[in-house]
Amino acid sequence: MRQVLLAVAFAVVSSPACAASVDAGRYQSVLGDCEGCHGKNLAGGVELMTPFGKLVAPNITSDKQTGIGNYTAENFRRAMKDGVGPGGKRLYPAMPYPAYAKMSDADIADLWAYFKTVKPVRHAVDVNQLRFPFNLRFMMRGWNMLFFRPALYAADKAKSAAWNRGAYIATGPAHCGTCHTPKGFFGADKGLALSGASLQGWFAPDLTGDPTTGLGGWSAAEVAEYLKTGRNAHSIASGPMGEVIEHSTSRMNGADLRSLAVYLKDLPASPGNGGGASGVEAQMKSGAGIYRMNCAACHSLDGRGDNILFPPLAGNALVRQTSAETLARVVLAGSKAVATRETPTGPGMPSFAWKLNDAQVANLLTYIRNHWGNRAPAVSADAVKKIRTSLRSASH
Amino acid sequence: MARLLPKRDAVIIGLGWTGSILAQQLTEAGLNVVAIERGPWRDTATDFNIAYMQDELRYAIRKELFLKPSVEAMTMRNNISQAAMPMRDYGSFLPGDGVGGAGVHWNGKTWRFWSSDFSIRSHLVQRYGAAKLKGLQLQDWGVTWNEIEHSFDQFEYLCGISGKAGNLKGQVQPGGNPFESPRTREYPNPPIKTGYAPTLFADKVRELGYHPFPQPSANLSQAYVNPLGVRMGQCTYCGFCERFACGNYSKASAQTTILPVLMKKPNFELRTECEVLKVNLTPDGKMARSVTYIDAKGVEYEQPGDIVVICAYALMNVRLMLLSQIGTQYDPVTGKGAVGRNYCYQTGSGARMFFEGKHFNPFIGAGSMGQTMDDFNGDAFDHGSLDFLGGGGISCDPSNGRPISYRPTAPGSPRWGAGWKKATIEGYNSSMGFSAQGSSYPVRENFLDLDPTYTDRYGRPLLRITFDFPDNDIRMSHFMSDQLERIAKPFGAKVTTVSRVRKGWNAVPYQSTHNTGGAIMGSDPGTSAVNKYLQSWDVPNVFVVGASAFAHNAGMNPTGTVGALAYWAAEAITSKYIKSPGKLVPA
Repeated sequence: MRQVLLAVAFAVVSSPACAASVDAGRYQSVLGDCEGCHGKNLAGGVELMTPFGKLVAPNITSDKQTGIGNYTAENFRRAMKDGVGPGGKRLYPAMPYPAYAKMSDADIADLWAYFKTVKPVRHAVDVNQLRFPFNLRFMMRGWNMLFFRPALYAADKAKSAAWNRGAYIATGPAHCGTCHTPKGFFGADKGLALSGASLQGWFAPDLTGDPTTGLGGWSAAEVAEYLKTGRNAHSIASGPMGEVIEHSTSRMNGADLRSLAVYLKDLPASPGNGGGASGVEAQMKSGAGIYRMNCAACHSLDGRGDNILFPPLAGNALVRQTSAETLARVVLAGSKAVATRETPTGPGMPSFAWKLNDAQVANLLTYIRNHWGNRAPAVSADAVKKIRTSLRSASH
Repeated sequence: MARLLPKRDAVIIGLGWTGSILAQQLTEAGLNVVAIERGPWRDTATDFNIAYMQDELRYAIRKELFLKPSVEAMTMRNNISQAAMPMRDYGSFLPGDGVGGAGVHWNGKTWRFWSSDFSIRSHLVQRYGAAKLKGLQLQDWGVTWNEIEHSFDQFEYLCGISGKAGNLKGQVQPGGNPFESPRTREYPNPPIKTGYAPTLFADKVRELGYHPFPQPSANLSQAYVNPLGVRMGQCTYCGFCERFACGNYSKASAQTTILPVLMKKPNFELRTECEVLKVNLTPDGKMARSVTYIDAKGVEYEQPGDIVVICAYALMNVRLMLLSQIGTQYDPVTGKGAVGRNYCYQTGSGARMFFEGKHFNPFIGAGSMGQTMDDFNGDAFDHGSLDFLGGGGISCDPSNGRPISYRPTAPGSPRWGAGWKKATIEGYNSSMGFSAQGSSYPVRENFLDLDPTYTDRYGRPLLRITFDFPDNDIRMSHFMSDQLERIAKPFGAKVTTVSRVRKGWNAVPYQSTHNTGGAIMGSDPGTSAVNKYLQSWDVPNVFVVGASAFAHNAGMNPTGTVGALAYWAAEAITSKYIKSPGKLVPA
């Protein structure tokens, strides 16, 4: 018991000089989800599988040998905003400097004040494990010339302060587009911002106003609730978004979450998913049977789920994405929902890979994407097979 | 030589129901807690996969989630004139194993023992005179109903128990159990749905003037968020409760009610696959200083702690106390010594009826989807002219119609071949049963101690169970069987069979995992191992929590009372002990 009291006492007395800036910087690291890639202690090691090979997030603690303890404020600012490390070393845009370039210098300075207080951890990381020629850092010079248009966030005077704050967070520190915006051949943004994209075996869904695939069916309050708690009446977060919520959005303040919701709810609609499947009666019939046997106990026969633990499938935009990649992955590999302070349970979806073959999964997904009023393209057994194979190789 | 680890405020042995409750409450109070669990980590999402949880062969027959005798066996005998022999397989009862313990694979029947149970001796002596208790070692529990009622309430709200109050602050409620002791508020959820058999049973016994009511159930009637913010789902009546874990978050367990919150706490640590060998005492034997455990790699550790809470299964709690020399071994010859005293069990009998033209659909089931009448339970009825004390709840609670084990056949049916197959097809859907779960009262001869011959894989003596059904309980149970026969008559079944308990407890066929006593609570250190706060009389920084503390066993499932005792002990530690460590009750 004495130990408990001592611990409390220590917490009270330690108070660095520039506490306000450090606290503001800590919050910037929440907005930027630094822990998401660099790890809870920021010592790096999280692997990012890119189409070009593997990148490992570096150690960004204040350790002088293996971290960024030797950085100056200017080194740090340039790494964040220009993608250039000390000595002109080019960073890869897996470090989302194209988004961070929108951040104000004041926010970057706060973040640096915080990073200087991060406990040094000696942990050497082999960052660049990309395939040749992508492992040649100088190539990023060309990439930057082609695709990198650094610019501070420019406020839209026609929009509200909340909208602008939301836009700043979404396009700047929170770098939503890194996952949710479609990418071209060279990994640069291409196409309608935040209209959904595939990465690391998941499909980051459409966040535009489209009512079928986007956030059109969610109220702004529901968007904020989802970002805060990991769930709302429509969906429960798992996978990479679960991690983002755990490390970042659940720790954002209420005003910022509301601002993000205002901005996202104002995004123009994407073209949607191209409409429902047709001529798939056999798939639908088979899928209905599979659903009844395997899914209905939790998600219920009427597809409305149980809004506390099991997400509804009827009317769920995630079910109707253009790509069924996430759905197939979740059915095959299972998934565990994020657990937050407000919703600590973190319910799990079990794996059905051992039980359902590719055709059965395809039929099931075609069914749930085209029943209870849902409309989305059919899913083929071949598509499921590809995902099954990639999951198998990822786990080996 | 064991590796010495940094000291913690509290060391909890076992992370089942009681260990989880203690860990939650102690960490809430700011203590730095480590729990040491012999079995594996288990969680709903990863280990109770809804897609294969309903595998009867794997879980019910091969008993995947249960304690293996190779890990810990026990010896048994009926009386001290016999040499106890080791149980080579668990049969009569099935202890749990791993995180969540037996709370993972229980049925979910969540009773409160009655006011008259906690003060059983005083109550019975007052009503019938002391002579009536002759031969029974019945004792008051040291805690009264009014003191502990709120602890029941805490456990029920944690679990989201689905039921109907029968007595709200002294007011009898229609539809509930009129014999229950007063509760301060209604159950957190309404009763779960019930099937045809329990509905028929309730109608028939109501016509006979009895008082049927829905069993309080930890299989939830509706979605629920408990006071910790943890969410549970609605029971789907899949019929795979007992012996199975719940795959869809609708049966209360440590996993579905506490662990999501507990596991995230910075002042809590869990070490699984670590078996505690003993609690180490100071040289004078007056305080516990640490526990010694061995991990999955065979490395031995010593974990010091200011408080040690023993939260294993009831039988293992007693064994660990004996192995650690906490308290004095009970001696059935002299009646002296407290540890091992008042071991009790359960005295069950059942009726089965075979009908023509009825379809019970037994595959629709849940662990606690039944109707019960308590008109013959405990002391709800006058024992003045009867030759026994105690009683039992009579319940119709079809939990399952699983294909391997549920094969009721009418008496006289062939035991194998085509005739047997035909009989099982007929019996499956056209029969129903109901049963009496009888009390088990303590006698001098039934007790627990360490076996003098057999040891476990670490060379420690096994626990020895010396138990037979006492004459009082046999007479009680035959009375209950008579009631079952009488109640069955108006059903108009083609054939009815009623079982009767016989002397000579047999450890092989499954009977009940309601092993109680051995480290009982009470107000006299001469006749109880722990005081009313479940604190060891002898080693005051050791608390022993579980059904081991029951001074007798009532005609009810024990988990509700186990959960209440866990909250009760946790409250004593957090509100009394940590403010002023020492004996909470002067000895």
